[in-house]
Amino acid sequence: MANITKEEIRKPENLVYKKTDLLTDKALSYCPGCGHGTTHRIIMEVLEEMDIQDKTIGIAPVGCSVLAYDFMNIDMQQAAHGRAPALATAIKRLMPEKFVFTYQGDGDLAAIGTAETIHACNRGENIVIIFINNGIYGMTGGQMAPTTLPGMKSSTSPYGRDTHLMGNPLKMTELVAQLPGTIYVTRQSVHTPSNVRKTKKAIRKAFENQKLNKGVSFVEVVSNCNSGWKMTPVQSNKWMEENMFPFYPLGDIKVNTD
Amino acid sequence: MKGNEAFAEAAIRAGADGYFGYPITPQSEVMEYLMAEKPHERTGMVVLQAESEVAAINMVYGGAACGKRVLTSSSSPGISLKQEGISYIAGAELPCLILNVVRGGPGLGTIQPSQSDYFQSTKGGGHGDYRMIVLAPSSVQEMADFAGLGFELAFKYRNPVMVLSDGAIGQMMEKVELEEQRPRFTEEEIIKNTPWATTGKTKNRERNIITSLNLDSAKQEQHNIDLQKKYKLIQEKETRFELINCEDAEYLIVAYGTSARLSQKAVDLLRNQGIKAGLLRPITLFPFPTEAISKLADRVKGILTVEMSAGQMVEDVKLAVGCRVKVEHFGRMGGIIPSPTEVVEAMHKKIIGG
Ligand SMILES: Cc1ncc(C[n+]2csc(CCOP(=O)(O)OP(=O)(O)O)c2C)c(N)n1
Ligand code: SF4
Ligand SMILES: [Mg+2]
Repeated sequence: MANITKEEIRKPENLVYKKTDLLTDKALSYCPGCGHGTTHRIIMEVLEEMDIQDKTIGIAPVGCSVLAYDFMNIDMQQAAHGRAPALATAIKRLMPEKFVFTYQGDGDLAAIGTAETIHACNRGENIVIIFINNGIYGMTGGQMAPTTLPGMKSSTSPYGRDTHLMGNPLKMTELVAQLPGTIYVTRQSVHTPSNVRKTKKAIRKAFENQKLNKGVSFVEVVSNCNSGWKMTPVQSNKWMEENMFPFYPLGDIKVNTD
Repeated sequence: MKGNEAFAEAAIRAGADGYFGYPITPQSEVMEYLMAEKPHERTGMVVLQAESEVAAINMVYGGAACGKRVLTSSSSPGISLKQEGISYIAGAELPCLILNVVRGGPGLGTIQPSQSDYFQSTKGGGHGDYRMIVLAPSSVQEMADFAGLGFELAFKYRNPVMVLSDGAIGQMMEKVELEEQRPRFTEEEIIKNTPWATTGKTKNRERNIITSLNLDSAKQEQHNIDLQKKYKLIQEKETRFELINCEDAEYLIVAYGTSARLSQKAVDLLRNQGIKAGLLRPITLFPFPTEAISKLADRVKGILTVEMSAGQMVEDVKLAVGCRVKVEHFGRMGGIIPSPTEVVEAMHKKIIGG
């Protein structure tokens, strides 16, 4: 062992993991422990495995992932807050041979962009929507989101979300599953290696679905916002399992791809 | 043909790739005409009825960012909803065409014609320091011509172009000569003409990013400086206007669109009375024909602006003229079109006798 050189260790046959070339070398702007980065990675791995970098156009939202285009080495557009599905609609209709996806947070997709989300899903646009649900407005400093759980504290619900005063959390994923335009609707997470594998599989399926030309594939990723939740990454993952998953149960909600 | 229909047909013939809109009076004929024409079969053009004007303008953003020739149309309340999207489009420097068939406001206002969106169109409307190129048709022929010209200017400057019409010109029927069908650009041509567009990152180029965001203030300031340079160039190169009976004019009317049509009649009436009147009709509202007005201000005795508003363009005319001669505004609001006789009276009361 002692006389193995660095060069020998770096031989291709010893390689166990390599960052995909579809992620740029730019350091991620996300807080350590945040699910955004992991989700970015697996989307890019899927595009690399499918060899569709040159055919894919991604849309970044307004939210913590507004700079997704700094990290994803593909052609990307940055949308106004909530409008990504409208952009995606036009791109896919004007260039039907391309793979088009939006990447959106819960404030972006389920509050300000509700109309664009519902109508793109209802029209059955042939796109992929990746929905990062962290139950909070991460970017603007942890305000209440439409997805914030009952009783959950945020900077605009400092005493916990009172559903009588502030309304109930919105289960957007169940809602879009009701619409005829969606063909694949699933809810996943990226907080453990096995969940990462499942989510990657779901994202792969979603992109493969675009070849079917049959409608929207919608992948929710229940994620943590350790900063907004004011927890350590480990605490936030535990809290997510104990509180988010019972309300937002993981698994496929609709598979209508045959 | 109706003005709205002429615009729609001309857009197809200009090789448009996509139209995205939401119904509103008095411009719904644009989408109705397009849907009836099946441009998907004629040229492969996409026509989609969106869920709102907000969605429609963001569809335009998405399509424009792919280097496609895309357009939307609406009327005043709908154009207000589009302002966020227009600001993003201007910030990301995307080419596109927006038709506003103006109706009277504020609020839901009236469905009758008006010119009260001049400020919104020429001074921003959305947030940030940006400008659209604004073309003001005064005939059905120009409704048609400005679809093609609008696309040309939009792509030349990577800038949104607005055709600022009004309910009268949109609804009016006139004979029109249309251009021949121009083929839509192929993907290869788009990649060549708009190398910045998001067409899919190939191995032989860096990725293309369309965004209006710069978190670094120095970069954002530079971006603004570059935008201002572009707007200055547009002012130098693209100012368009028409002069009618201005050679010997002692009294000048400045009016665009429908107001220009009736002001032309007013000029005839004034000339019949022995008054040497002339008309300057701005064709581009941004860039505004400041220099032409300034030159005329050196030789005329007074200037009347005629607008179907409380007086918006008059501010730009005053800026061009300074205090050299009297500048007054005459207009009707709320969807009322002034008559040529009213304009003649206003000229007497406010300028000649005033
Ligand atoms: C029109 C508009 N309104 C508000 C904002 C401010 N804003 C930026 S990000 C954001 C919320 C983002 O939350 P979410 O979509 O959940 O993304 P996260 O940061 O949690 O990933 C808001 C309200 C904005 N940029 N634009
Ligand atoms: S604020 Fe929350 S969502 Fe944003 S990067 Fe940090 S942990 Fe992630
Ligand atoms: Mg969020």
